[in-house]
Amino acid sequence: MRYVSGFLLGLINFALLDNVVLSRFLGLCPFLGVSKKTSTAAGMGTAVVAVITLSSAITYVINRYVLIPLGLVYMRTIAFILIIAALVQSVEIILKKKIPSLYKALGVYLPLITTNCAVLGVAIDSAQKGLGFFDAMVFSIGTSLGFLISIVLMAGIRERIEYNKIPKSFKGMPIVLLTAGLMAIAFFGFKGVSF
Amino acid sequence: MIKPIERLYNGIIKENPTFVLMLGMCPTLAVTTSATNGLGMGLSTCAVLMMSNLIISLLRKFIPDRVRMPAYIVIVATFVTVVELLMQAYVRPLYNALGLFIPLIVVNCIILGRAEAYASKHPPLPSFFDGLGMGLGFTLALTLIGSFRELLGKGSVFGFDIMPKGFVPATVMIMAPGAFFVLAGLTALQNKLKLGKSKTEPPEKFCSGNCAGCMDASCSLGKKEDEEK
Repeated sequence: MRYVSGFLLGLINFALLDNVVLSRFLGLCPFLGVSKKTSTAAGMGTAVVAVITLSSAITYVINRYVLIPLGLVYMRTIAFILIIAALVQSVEIILKKKIPSLYKALGVYLPLITTNCAVLGVAIDSAQKGLGFFDAMVFSIGTSLGFLISIVLMAGIRERIEYNKIPKSFKGMPIVLLTAGLMAIAFFGFKGVSF
Repeated sequence: MIKPIERLYNGIIKENPTFVLMLGMCPTLAVTTSATNGLGMGLSTCAVLMMSNLIISLLRKFIPDRVRMPAYIVIVATFVTVVELLMQAYVRPLYNALGLFIPLIVVNCIILGRAEAYASKHPPLPSFFDGLGMGLGFTLALTLIGSFRELLGKGSVFGFDIMPKGFVPATVMIMAPGAFFVLAGLTALQNKLKLGKSKTEPPEKFCSGNCAGCMDASCSLGKKEDEEK
């Protein structure tokens, strides 16, 4: 029971209260770049959820049972980025062979994810904080759900504002950044429900 | 001798990584809560960029084409680790302020983008200066954004109070939303200046300017969508 409530509270905490994009600024490149259509945004978000969850499980094991016992903690950045790149690559190959329908839906987003700093950020952050396996998993699932929520919301808003009259110099990036700023303020509202 | 200067100008003004190419947004928004942090982040990225460009350019004939991305990532990650350890040893306050974003220099699009777009095709000296120019351009942008946020949010720049006594700081500017607002304002201002000159619509910036910044992936994404249509 303790684990269930801890899991749920953790999810809400990391997905809404401390949103990965809007209050911790990780994963901004895909958030701004791949949020033109809701369908693409949802695909990207789902792929990120899968990759972050998998990669933080693997990096946890590597960090706990290889890097720390051997005293190689300073190699963490190099080891983690290589693990993530290899993982993304192998997920792509496996999907292509085994589940072509899923590959068709998510495949295009996979190469982009290697340079998504949310993936490396979550792995390094939970290693630096020394989280246990359960906490690390809650942290990564919550964080990646937060990414999914915010990128889908952003795409929805962008689809709407496309038809609005926007001052010429605010067209393109500036209006998107302003929207993101307002969303960040809206997400501040969740801080009132801290546990 | 003209080439290095041209590269510097290109990096700082013509293809400024933040304002023109819109690359490396995460550190740009996250660490610019003060001018000092912006400057520190910019300079550490600049150091990594110079060295990785130089080494990648020196090794460009030895790295097989098929494994170039993993090779670049290892080279960049090595320099990031060096910079991280040096900062931890000598500039502790800055290291604590930047925190997680120092190891994340590895996944900064600017670095892999320049490696792919420039250093892998050009000789070492121009590549080095290309890295220096891009790094300085990034530093300039980060310091600028940091100064604005610090000025509006705390009433000071680089820690010196410069606003009059009656000024009430708008704390939101040094919190998360302020980052978006300041960058939106600065980009809009830049568009305004450009519009005055050319009278044409500003081009759609993401990726159309520099595919290598996203490692070709999101551009192929766009193409794929077109094909489906």
